[in-house]
Amino acid sequence: MNESLARKFRADFPVLSLVKEGKSLVYLDNAATTQKPRVVADRLYRFYTEEYGTIHRGVYFLSQQATQFYDESRAIVSRFLNAAKLEEIVLTRGTTESINLVASGVSKLWLSVGDEVLITAMEHHANIVPWQQACLASGATLKVVPITLTGELDMDAFRRLLTTKTKFVSVVHVSNALGTVNPIADIVQMAHGVGAKVLVDGAQAVSHMPVDVQALGCDFYAFSSHKLFGPTGAGVLYGRYSLLEQLPPYQTGGDMIETVTFESTTFAKPPARFEAGTPAIAEVIGLGAAINYVNSVGFEFIAQHEADLLQCATEQISRLNGIRLIGTAQNKASVLSFVLDGIHPHDVGTVLDECGVAIRAGHHCAQPIMAFFGVPATNRASFSFYNVSDDVDRLVDAVKYCQQVMG
Amino acid sequence: MSARLEQLYQETILDHNRNPRFFGEPAACTHKAHGKNPLCGDDYWVYLDVRDGVIEGVQFNGSGCAISKSSASMMSEAIKGKRLEDVIAKKDAFLTLLTQDEPVSDSEKSLLGKLIVFEGVKKYPVRVKCAALSWRALEAALLGDEAQAISTE
Repeated sequence: MNESLARKFRADFPVLSLVKEGKSLVYLDNAATTQKPRVVADRLYRFYTEEYGTIHRGVYFLSQQATQFYDESRAIVSRFLNAAKLEEIVLTRGTTESINLVASGVSKLWLSVGDEVLITAMEHHANIVPWQQACLASGATLKVVPITLTGELDMDAFRRLLTTKTKFVSVVHVSNALGTVNPIADIVQMAHGVGAKVLVDGAQAVSHMPVDVQALGCDFYAFSSHKLFGPTGAGVLYGRYSLLEQLPPYQTGGDMIETVTFESTTFAKPPARFEAGTPAIAEVIGLGAAINYVNSVGFEFIAQHEADLLQCATEQISRLNGIRLIGTAQNKASVLSFVLDGIHPHDVGTVLDECGVAIRAGHHCAQPIMAFFGVPATNRASFSFYNVSDDVDRLVDAVKYCQQVMG
Repeated sequence: MSARLEQLYQETILDHNRNPRFFGEPAACTHKAHGKNPLCGDDYWVYLDVRDGVIEGVQFNGSGCAISKSSASMMSEAIKGKRLEDVIAKKDAFLTLLTQDEPVSDSEKSLLGKLIVFEGVKKYPVRVKCAALSWRALEAALLGDEAQAISTE
């Protein structure tokens, strides 16, 4: 494990040196949200204290400069995802809004009675409920690809469920509850084979691996800034331009129009069409700073170090008695979900917190996955490149301690 | 164990979690209600057999964390054979114990008896709803809102 490099990057995150009641923080809830490097916090501070202004409206210097910073972020995101053109990047409030935007438009445009939307059994609620609503509104039917006991997609079932009735496939890139990395390029190829369009929920993927939307071939790709070391309240929707052009607006208001009269309004071209109202200007600029930071760390190190952490944690946790891992896919991001015999995850979460170890205990907004594995909730430790082997040791010690306290 | 954690997971609480009393579903009951914490998944039914203003029978069934399960178990123990007005006073005193900053009064303390072990939950605001769940279900059962599932989120 490359501890020295991880420690060097760890020092970029001020909150990770927090000491509470004599214990340093072990932050292992990175799948819920990641901590922020100083460069991101500094970028927000500088924008608010020295550069703040609205975008696309003012003719004065501050506004023009803010517009330039905002547009730079769009360009940074576009390169980050390897989009074919800048206009394919819609800046939203987060993954949830990105998915809702697409589902709402797809429901009006491409779905009607007899059509099917295909999702999977490992989706986050944010990639289930918008499609349920889209189906309710359009009369289409929602179909669900099952998962296997290891937490992988049942690809045979996927092939069976994919038919000419399938108009849209919405699938998670990396499962937040299980860590499973899905074979997106294959899924897209098969879906396109029957003429279905594909959205990829990339919320959990972008902090772990490089994403190339052209290589994946997907039609839409959604992620949130706050899971990528950036501010909350900003997110991204990549959309193939020819499809974005067809989608109706999601919200209407200022900045998304060409001309407005009381009789009618003509809408702006994408991406402006989907960016009604004053956006999260500072947060989007902060996202740009976060991506620049991630690029400076580099996915080569991130992937290797997180794989090392996951392997080390999996080995150590598996050795304990009375433990069951939930999600044991071959291809996994650094997410370790587990349950302890006779100890409810919420009690585990409380005891671990007392040890200074922050994990997630709950259903991870993925109740169907919990139902599939027959558990009310799981304990989830999720690692980022700034975690070190000490964090793994502290986790394992805290779990042992919890078994002792609650046993 | 830290003092705070010891206050939360007292031996009585752990004991009721390991061996919950009055656990299971009765063949018949006069009142019942469903209590659920959607965020953490605590999920219980509370069943009451009320005759002539007295709780003659009580049982609970379901799953959840140590705090919610021991709370339901100790609640059942505390209300069995008691008159409804005493049960309601106990319930009010218990919810006061969990939610008020000031220490409970002596009269409330005597009403609560062993239930005072849940005082430590106050220091864990996110866990208050776990301890309150079965009592809220009890409240709903007595009000006859059995169709309306209750939630303490």
